[in-house]
Amino acid sequence: MSIPHALLGLLESGPRHGYDLKRAYDERFGHDRPLHYGQVYSTLARLLKNGLVEERGIEPGGGPERKRYAITDAGVTDVDSWLMTPEKPELYLQNTLYTKVVLALLSGRSAADVLDSQRAAHLKTMRELTTRKRNGDLADQLICDHALFHLEADLRWLEVTTARLDELRKQVS
Amino acid sequence: MGTGIMGDVVLRGQGLRKSFGLTHALEDASLDVVSGEVVAVMGPSGSGKSTLLHCMAGIITPDAGSIAYKDKDLAKMADGERSALRRTEFGFVFQFGQLVPELTCLENVALPLRLGRTARKEAERQATRWLERLEVADVADKRPGEVSGGQGQRVAVARALVTSPSVVFADEPTGALDSLNGELVMRLLVDAAKETGAGVVLVTHEARVAAYSDREVVVRDGRTRQLEPA
Repeated sequence: MSIPHALLGLLESGPRHGYDLKRAYDERFGHDRPLHYGQVYSTLARLLKNGLVEERGIEPGGGPERKRYAITDAGVTDVDSWLMTPEKPELYLQNTLYTKVVLALLSGRSAADVLDSQRAAHLKTMRELTTRKRNGDLADQLICDHALFHLEADLRWLEVTTARLDELRKQVS
Repeated sequence: MGTGIMGDVVLRGQGLRKSFGLTHALEDASLDVVSGEVVAVMGPSGSGKSTLLHCMAGIITPDAGSIAYKDKDLAKMADGERSALRRTEFGFVFQFGQLVPELTCLENVALPLRLGRTARKEAERQATRWLERLEVADVADKRPGEVSGGQGQRVAVARALVTSPSVVFADEPTGALDSLNGELVMRLLVDAAKETGAGVVLVTHEARVAAYSDREVVVRDGRTRQLEPA
């Protein structure tokens, strides 16, 4: 997640104080990981230095939190380019689980047990996400669905691998 | 989802074996169904999930092992008694709703009560209540062929619950639905079952559907394995 771009994107609706910006971010995107104040101000300082935001008035009272920041034209162009650049699909080729399964087979341990305990852990997390999704608003539902679909993909891999353990045992030994 | 009160074991299958010719569908399968609890039965195709469900529901008879409904052995029941049990104490939801095409949705839901000799007016009153509960009261007068897959499946859930069964057997209940409709059916099914205290046996190969359960049993090569939560 590019926090600078997310903050820039939030500034497109109008100038904000650093504090407002943090609140807006946390409310929309910070479900599990709210931003630290320090993070917000250091990001804003960097954006300012790069000409992507500008100061728009300082309220009486002083202190950094009183400054209002506005996005510049260069900032809008930067957000535009970020939004339209696809994220690189994540690959999990260095899979810890695969390594565990192979090591279990090589050492004569039960690879099926390794896979089953992972399966139980995955399903437990999926249950928690499902509960959260059912009690949450649309934002919660979409965020949980994203995680659920990824966990489901992992579970499919666990199933396929469980079904092919005998084959794998022959190959690795 | 842990919100209902989970109670006693209402249905217990132990050491079940079943073969079809040379195919051993069940080798050693056991399953407890607890009131107010949803148990997901998962496993690859051909692992014996559906055979286990059919044995537990008294639809087919296992070659060995025992099935007890509230401590009463299903094998010792007369055919008529077992049929009555299936009609009054068990509810069924299948992948394709299996609604009677000639009847309206309301009549479909009222059917199990009518078969149990409940008067038409009372049966339809209860059926209406269940259609409302499943958020499909608007299709009451339509025939199954005139409603969407998701609506039809919710009608099927209403029909499964109308007799206030102790156990609901759901065999891939969302298998023919898209994700959103599948989730809606699961939410309504689980909520309704929790409310009535029914135990649910949920056969599914979809992990996102199984995530609506309280516990999971995996069937592999005809053997059950209860996975302990990590």
